[in-house]
Amino acid sequence: MAKPTKVTNSIRRLRFESDEMTQADLADRVGVTRQTIIAIEHGRYSPSLEMAFQIARAFAVPLDEVFHYPEES
Amino acid sequence: MSFDERSKWASGLISLGTFAAYAVIILRRAGGGPLTDVAYRSTLLWTIGASVVLIVVAHVLIAVANPSEADKRDERDRAIERLGEYRGGLVLAVGMLGPFTLSLWGADHFWISNAIYLVFVVGSTASSAFKVAAYRKGF
Repeated sequence: MAKPTKVTNSIRRLRFESDEMTQADLADRVGVTRQTIIAIEHGRYSPSLEMAFQIARAFAVPLDEVFHYPEES
Repeated sequence: MSFDERSKWASGLISLGTFAAYAVIILRRAGGGPLTDVAYRSTLLWTIGASVVLIVVAHVLIAVANPSEADKRDERDRAIERLGEYRGGLVLAVGMLGPFTLSLWGADHFWISNAIYLVFVVGSTASSAFKVAAYRKGF
């Protein structure tokens, strides 16, 4: 099945690089459920711009280091 | 599985289950005779009441079993709720053409009442199914 969003992300890698932060830890920092973090990581949900900024802030990196959108071909 | 997703499963299954139980009771009562002669009003109302009570009880039990998740709802849960209600509402609106047509044709009140109940069950079950699908497959 095609993923419902073209937006990809590096959350899994960033969690690993942040002392292996768990999905639950990230969810607590952002103020969402762990299931939502899982859905974002797997590309099943595109977060709002506000949540995207909160996730980037949790890793202390710019937004485009967390989320990526493919170039138009 | 989140609290909301469990709740949607419970709502859908209870709506379908209580309707199935109601249908079995009415069909047995008819005993092969005409359905329009069956006393159905109180059974229908009790079934709807039982369905509402069971859904509330199920939600309470799910919350008690997962107290840490019971009050957690985020933007994804709210978006899925809106999507499911919108699509379920479309099913309900289209489905209501059935009882509307029955009433225009002067069908017996048995068929009109039960068609309305059926459409409500289908609409709420569809709404729950759309929500569960959105949780499972994304949207």
